[in-house]
Amino acid sequence: MKSVKNHLSLIVALFTIVFTMQIYIIVDRTVIAYESDLNENYSIVVVTKKKVGTDSLVAMSPKIKSAEEISTKEVISQLQSQMKQRHIDLLKLSLPHFYSLHLNHYPAPSEIKELRKKLERHSDITRIEDFAQSHDTLYKLLLLFKSVIVIFAIAVFAVTSLLVLKEMRIWQFQHNERMSIMAMFGAPVWMRSAVLFRLSIVDAIIASVLAIGTFTYADFLKVGSEQLQSIGIDILLFDPVNDSLLIVGIALSLSIILATLIVIGHKEEV
Amino acid sequence: MDKVILAQDLSLAYNTEETIISRANFSVGSGDFVFITGASGSGKSTLLRSFYGALKPENGSLIVGGVEVNKISSSKLNFLRRHIGIVFQDYKLVKEWTIGKNVALPLIINGYAKDICDIQVDKLLNHVKLSHKVDKYPQELSGGEQQRVAMARALAHNPILILADEPTGNLDDYSSRLIWNLLEGANTQLKATVVIVTHHIPEDLAVDYKHFNIEGGDVYEVS
Repeated sequence: MKSVKNHLSLIVALFTIVFTMQIYIIVDRTVIAYESDLNENYSIVVVTKKKVGTDSLVAMSPKIKSAEEISTKEVISQLQSQMKQRHIDLLKLSLPHFYSLHLNHYPAPSEIKELRKKLERHSDITRIEDFAQSHDTLYKLLLLFKSVIVIFAIAVFAVTSLLVLKEMRIWQFQHNERMSIMAMFGAPVWMRSAVLFRLSIVDAIIASVLAIGTFTYADFLKVGSEQLQSIGIDILLFDPVNDSLLIVGIALSLSIILATLIVIGHKEEV
Repeated sequence: MDKVILAQDLSLAYNTEETIISRANFSVGSGDFVFITGASGSGKSTLLRSFYGALKPENGSLIVGGVEVNKISSSKLNFLRRHIGIVFQDYKLVKEWTIGKNVALPLIINGYAKDICDIQVDKLLNHVKLSHKVDKYPQELSGGEQQRVAMARALAHNPILILADEPTGNLDDYSSRLIWNLLEGANTQLKATVVIVTHHIPEDLAVDYKHFNIEGGDVYEVS
């Protein structure tokens, strides 16, 4: 019973840490997916007097990923029933060319301004539509999400540090006496610390298995994923290979660091 | 006779302002049975601690088992301690280990095989009349029984030097007698050097002994 209690305190601490870390990873993935989604849906439209090569537009800034001409055929075909063919032919001749520019990443308002200035230098571009107002709102929302996850990360770090420190004090209290007694009979450091490391590795593995089990089950039940899909965000909530490895790695690293700190900080009681 | 402990101008202190043992000169020969007495706070336990390297001399020289404690490295200190058996007044048993494992501790540290450990533990627990409690935990035993376990542990690896700090301080007559018998046996049969810190030297001791007293930081032999 006592042994279970000893294990439980570290398992709970480690489980809390890896669980919170995984939640942080999910939130981070959501924000990245949201940003990528915004970027895919965002483009700057430029209007030129005459046809220009899309490559020349892409070459204007490294921020431009691709450029494509917007076909006017659809608009003209809609007008065909209302206008005479002669007028339509005239319209075709006088109609400017429209290009949609896609960017490498979702830009900040300052980047849009900078890009606009560059595009304005092009002699054939007569008009630029950057949808600045709606972009601004979305960009602020994105910044808000990013700030939230930074605050969340700080909170995770603070909670993790407190839990590790608390656990360290408990462990120091639990193991100091035994380590001192072993030292008095000439046990080398590795032997004195062996129990500590064994305990920490076993607890780290148990905490990891619990966390992996929880997230696998949550993924199976599709907890959260349907809500995210409803707002157009389709992300992997739990990657069975990479996330499991990360969870095991973090839990093992933390517990080994904890055990090492205790071994280093051990003072012989005599 | 070889010197197991040799102190020359030995000074011991926990801080630089307060010297507990001052410029002491004494020696303990191989196979000696030694009592160290003195008033409370005179430095008896401090002196004993220095013998197993838990306290380094402030000044002077202290040689234990041929090793200069002042300059000892941690690996050499571990090696020295593997040849010493220590008995504490407060037993210092590992609470989360069974009695059997506590007794086996010095054997495990010295790298003995499990079957040898088992035989030795069984033999020693028989000596201290506790073989029936091999699987119990220290907190399940009385003070006297715990001290007998500590005694068995100190003898487990046939040490060349046994250090005992008030080994019978809190014990009933039966346990005290058992402890003294074991210490005498270790000295006469195993030829171990025994150094005991105590307030009271038993009158019915069956061995010849040396007696050092500590007074005012000085260690002197009482003839």
